[in-house]
Amino acid sequence: MTIDPTPVAPVAPPVDVSPSGRRPAPTSTSSRATRILGALSLAGIVALAVFGLAITPPDAQLGETIRILYMHVPTVSAAYVAFIVTAVGSVLYLWKRSEFWDLLAASSAEVGVLFFALTIFNGMLWGKITWGVFWRWEPRLTTTTVLFLTYLGYLAVRRIPTSVRTRATVSAVIGILAVVNIPITHKAVDWWRGLHQEKTIFGTVDPEMQGTQLFTAYLGLTVFLLLFAWLVIHRFRLAWLTERAEERSLDDAIAARRAEGVEEVAP
Amino acid sequence: MIRDVLLVARKDLRLEWRSRVGVGQVLPFALLCVLLFAFALDVDRGVLQEATSGLFWVVVLFATVLVVQRAFAIEADDGVLDALRLSGLAPSAVYLGKVVAITVELLALEVVLWLAVAVLYDTTLRGWGLLAATVVLATLGAAAAGATYGVVGLRLRGAETLLPLLLLPLLAPVLIGATSASDVALGRSAGPGWPWAAMLGIFSGVYLLLGSVLFRPLMEDP
Amino acid sequence: MASSPVVDLRGVVAVVGRFPALAGVDLRVGSGEVVLVRGPNGAGKTTLLRLCAGLLPVTDGHAEVLGVDLAVAGRDVRRRVGLLGHATFLYADLTVLENAVFWARATGVTPDDAVAALDRLEVPARVRDLPVRSLSTGQRRRVSLAVTVARRPELWLLDEPHAGLDATGRDLVDGLVAEASAAGATVLFASHELERAEAVARRIVTIAGGVVTDDEVVRRSSDAGVGGEVSGDP
Repeated sequence: MTIDPTPVAPVAPPVDVSPSGRRPAPTSTSSRATRILGALSLAGIVALAVFGLAITPPDAQLGETIRILYMHVPTVSAAYVAFIVTAVGSVLYLWKRSEFWDLLAASSAEVGVLFFALTIFNGMLWGKITWGVFWRWEPRLTTTTVLFLTYLGYLAVRRIPTSVRTRATVSAVIGILAVVNIPITHKAVDWWRGLHQEKTIFGTVDPEMQGTQLFTAYLGLTVFLLLFAWLVIHRFRLAWLTERAEERSLDDAIAARRAEGVEEVAP
Repeated sequence: MIRDVLLVARKDLRLEWRSRVGVGQVLPFALLCVLLFAFALDVDRGVLQEATSGLFWVVVLFATVLVVQRAFAIEADDGVLDALRLSGLAPSAVYLGKVVAITVELLALEVVLWLAVAVLYDTTLRGWGLLAATVVLATLGAAAAGATYGVVGLRLRGAETLLPLLLLPLLAPVLIGATSASDVALGRSAGPGWPWAAMLGIFSGVYLLLGSVLFRPLMEDP
Repeated sequence: MASSPVVDLRGVVAVVGRFPALAGVDLRVGSGEVVLVRGPNGAGKTTLLRLCAGLLPVTDGHAEVLGVDLAVAGRDVRRRVGLLGHATFLYADLTVLENAVFWARATGVTPDDAVAALDRLEVPARVRDLPVRSLSTGQRRRVSLAVTVARRPELWLLDEPHAGLDATGRDLVDGLVAEASAAGATVLFASHELERAEAVARRIVTIAGGVVTDDEVVRRSSDAGVGGEVSGDP
């Protein structure tokens, strides 16, 4: 990439100006708001690391492993928020038929899957330390893994080439079915492991926590929700721009198609 | 409405009767699985007896994938999906008709499979009331969820291979519930069995409702 | 042309997959008209007919069929049209009669109507209990036509209705089109059998590259010659 010595604003980069004089497309997914959001999330992660790893004391029961919880609880919570956003986007898409809701649902699901992967990963680390093995059929972790696979299916459906509308409709339906399955899977797995009481990694902030522990737990939640919002906004804008690019190539395709018709008449 | 549901279900079952895909392909596959489990798990240590319900229901889930695939492959026949869309049949009627047909086919398969399991895994069938309720409710649930996803494969070319990934995680609660309830019915585990059957009933109800509503955009969206 | 057109397309763009099969079609067809749509392969004829049947999304422009805005309620149009496509719309493993009866029930007409339509299309009694799979292309074509006839559509959308038919079959198609038109239905059909089609049609629309490039009314003289049985102008 060569460095352009001319100032970027207000002149749009020449690559974006098509001969037909269309308005230049945005060249980035960031805006002032997202830069602030990004800075906050990154600073928050640093603060969380400092609090979680250094400032807070070890837990009376969980010992040092509580430090994993400062990340585990936020990642799993943010993932659930993500899938609820996906479900809301899916319902609103089927109702309003607007591209906005479809792309929001998709972006949110992608980030949710990422957070679920992180949850499973740090859950397994916790298991290794607590139980001596990476995996036990602990209900929360099991549920998370089943749901992780459910949403991998959602993302796989979105990658199948088809018309924008069909993709949106089908994935909206899957987004709704998947979210309904969350409580059912939870309940089923809980009952299934009901007889096997074992040390569990907490699904929520423990009310027993106090002082810096409690503060760090809420800090973690806030930070990961900010991070989630930041990632989703960028992912959404990227998806939006991809659609605009598709639209442009479609406009060109329509023009080419019309020209085909004119040629047909000319002779 | 009921008339249309039965119209679709009868048509599907008649097609199945003609083509014998279920009897000729899915059932032998299910029996093969029963055999393969015996090879994979030591036959002399009682593992098969211990795991009868679980293995049975895993096989049923595999069979569900195949039966659902077949149920929608027939609608891929020479443009008939378009014809269904043009017919004015309510999508929910088409959906429920499919669920009925898939349920009937799976139930028939399960009866044979239970007999096979009873003989090959040396399992005594008992707890008939709970067992029957479990079989019916679990099958209805699997069919209800399966029919919703089956049409996805029709709308998206290339999604046929995705059906297991989409359907099986969704059916995880059905597997858990059906296995646990069957274990109780067969006397392999103590504890109440009916709450599991109730959970299967709730699952079926929820997915029948969702499927009836969501089948419309799946089938009809241009 | 009647005051409220049966088909009213204004600048319609239809994208199939990611390809703009229709690139801005303007077309108005009045009640009772018989219109031939012609054009080279890939011109967009099939897409045009499927769009009018409410089976395709309208990407851009305004499309009204039978007074219904396709973008709003395509579903309401579907049950009122009769589409004969490249596909037969039949279950290969069901018999002719089972197919006819199933589709009759599904479209809300009686099995008797279905049988009457099979008679009208001269589908021989001996094949009616055979699975569609074992029929010849021409016979299947007749069965799908019978299914379309049985539902008495307000708008007929026939994609290559003559294809695969023998001489008798083609005459039957022409007769059906004339009958439908006389009964007040509107017919839009695509065909490569130009001589025959031009005899039936009152108007010829040419499309190429997804747009209408020509639109002409057939001269009366050609009517008088071949389309004698076609009753009066709508």
